[in-house]
Amino acid sequence: MPKADVLLSGVRPLNEQACDVWISDGRIRQVGAAGSLVGDPHTVRPNVAGQILLPGLVDLHTHLREPGREDAETIATGCAAAALGGFTAVHAMANTAPVADTAGVVEQVWRIGQATGRCDVYPVGAVTVGLAGERLAELESMASSAARVRVFSDDGICVSDAVLMRRALEYVKAFGGVIAQHAQEPRLTEGAQMNEGALSAQLGLTGWPAVAEEAIIARDVLLAEHVGSRLHVCHLSTRGSVEIIRWAKQRGIHVTAEVTPHHLLLTEDLAATYDPIYKVNPPLRTVDDVTAVREGLADGTIDIVATDHAPHPHEAKDCEWSAGAFGMLGLQTALPIVVETMVASGLMSWAQLAHQMSVQPARIGQVDHMHGRPLQVGEPANLVLIDPQKRWTVQPEALASLSRNTPYVGREMPASVRGTMLRGEWTVVDGELQ
Amino acid sequence: MRHLLSAADLDRDRADSILNTAAQLATLQNRSVKKLPTLRGRTIANLFFEDSTRTRLSFEAAAKRLSADVITFTAKGSSVSKGESLKDTALTLEAMGAEVVVVRHGASGAAHRLAHSGWTQAGVINAGDGTHEHPTQALLDAYTIRDRLCAGAGNLDGLRVVIVGDVLHSRVARSNVILLGTLGAEVTLVAPPTLMPKGVESWPCQYTYDLDEALTGADAVMMLRVQAERMNAAYFPSAHEYSRSFGLTAARAQRLADHGIVLHPGPMNRGMEISADVADGPRSVVVDQVTNGVSVRMAVLYEVFGARAQVGAIGNAEVDNFIGGEPDAQG
Ligand SMILES: [Zn+2]
Repeated sequence: MPKADVLLSGVRPLNEQACDVWISDGRIRQVGAAGSLVGDPHTVRPNVAGQILLPGLVDLHTHLREPGREDAETIATGCAAAALGGFTAVHAMANTAPVADTAGVVEQVWRIGQATGRCDVYPVGAVTVGLAGERLAELESMASSAARVRVFSDDGICVSDAVLMRRALEYVKAFGGVIAQHAQEPRLTEGAQMNEGALSAQLGLTGWPAVAEEAIIARDVLLAEHVGSRLHVCHLSTRGSVEIIRWAKQRGIHVTAEVTPHHLLLTEDLAATYDPIYKVNPPLRTVDDVTAVREGLADGTIDIVATDHAPHPHEAKDCEWSAGAFGMLGLQTALPIVVETMVASGLMSWAQLAHQMSVQPARIGQVDHMHGRPLQVGEPANLVLIDPQKRWTVQPEALASLSRNTPYVGREMPASVRGTMLRGEWTVVDGELQ
Repeated sequence: MRHLLSAADLDRDRADSILNTAAQLATLQNRSVKKLPTLRGRTIANLFFEDSTRTRLSFEAAAKRLSADVITFTAKGSSVSKGESLKDTALTLEAMGAEVVVVRHGASGAAHRLAHSGWTQAGVINAGDGTHEHPTQALLDAYTIRDRLCAGAGNLDGLRVVIVGDVLHSRVARSNVILLGTLGAEVTLVAPPTLMPKGVESWPCQYTYDLDEALTGADAVMMLRVQAERMNAAYFPSAHEYSRSFGLTAARAQRLADHGIVLHPGPMNRGMEISADVADGPRSVVVDQVTNGVSVRMAVLYEVFGARAQVGAIGNAEVDNFIGGEPDAQG
């Protein structure tokens, strides 16, 4: 049965002039002035006038936990959360059990993702076998598998061995891959619990110093330059990291970088609660770091926002700080937090938000044939509709994730995802999962 | 005072009040019958996830001298180092009727978490959490200094106290910097730079790497235990070099004021941070610290039980009245 056509009347692409967008057969069929399109007799005309239309968001950094930790999240529940958050594509990190370090595992994740139909799931392959940091995983096999892996990462663990990192950067050149590094010098962060500074000393929590992130990023951009490869830096969190990336880009090094919503908003002082709901890796940093990553995102030094959505079961957070797991939910709160920290604050436009949450992550992940496309006739209808005025309050039990570990309990969000469309099919309508 | 989690929970009045109560309770120690009926029928749980015989026995003695029922839970490190057991144990103890939980735990913030997580309604006393704080140790140290140098009363205004050693990993140092500062003392930290906490310049105290300079004319010095394992983590090259720069020898102790005293939270590494002759010499108040620990912890238990509605008020009048009254004849 052919899909019914949809006519989005009076929507504002990238928050610009209102117009009508006619969607047919999974693609944008026509775009016209507001009130100018009428569609066919069977065309569905949802009441979406005034909502902001963006290309569907793309997350380069999602932990879906399946296979292995289906008590925390499944591909299906993670995709539901993604759709509700306005995402049409997510990149699923490799630190599952078994680790996504073979063609077999990445194809399994790929197929389950396809079956959910709510969001495109692109598996990230591990750089090293078992994330052990000892020898390269079969990167080419993953690249040429049905999952068509292009992003490789040992995320959660840093590829700290300089030789191994160099080889990985070189090796993926053959098939245009990119290494996404979790920058954390392991010896400088043994037992680390929170940002290192006066507060960590006062709280008696082992520090995770900024230099442990910055030293790896500095090394890696130089390695990438030396071997002429592409590097992506995961979740950078410090002023120094922003400055190193800025320097590297000026030098012409092919590096891209991401920041998480929580590093754009939250600061280390939350650790004083000793509630591990605020425990994340890299840790929440200082106000000065938050200022720096916002500036870096605004001026394009940081290319994209990525969620680092990291579900954990209740017991992993309902404990003392040092026993708690690292990580926070992110998919359903990412967009409103970027709106709050970047758009409402005047640091960026909606068009730039679309660029950094859809267009650029799709390019880095090399899924830009399908995602992060212009809002133009003929393009795939991967779209999100946002009500920029509709506020909502985060209630963990109302989130679609299996886990509840959001640090934003009770926090008011400034904007709402009202509709998400994947290839012309609604995955979310009126804020409700389809 | 519903909980005692940090020395920062104590303002000057509260700290003075606890020390004064402890001083009154200390007079009990000279009596043949050392037990008071105050907390009869009440239950205290001693929750020791980290082995510390000294602190555990001190709290047990304090509780028993107040006639409380004591449930003691001890577990050594590894098997219960995983998170959930703190919560589970707290739930179990609450079910057993514990109104106040004394907790010692290897994780910084464990006591804070226990008090604020909603796991238990019990009052919580921090008996040492990770590398964070040990407020009753600071209270007994302040008590000992006051007892020795201020005739057991008054305040510590202007007294110079030097704290030496592994400040970075020391909960004793953190609590003492806060409490001694609250009480008006001037604290100086001494450690090799590797064992000085980041951001120490923002702490309410002085710091230096020169022990001899700091000791000169000081009223009290507190030597912190230095674990040999720190050497393996390259905090310092050898026990010998550490001891040479930061160990308290008899010659160094002579730099103190004439009345200067030497404290140590124990257990001591004789020959490492402190030489045997100083540890056992006339300036050492280490034995006093142990004795005073019981009185101070009794006073803290008073305070925390006193904040619990169902206890009925133990106001100052009742405490004075009670302390002035006869001890429990039942013993
Ligand atoms: Zn990571």
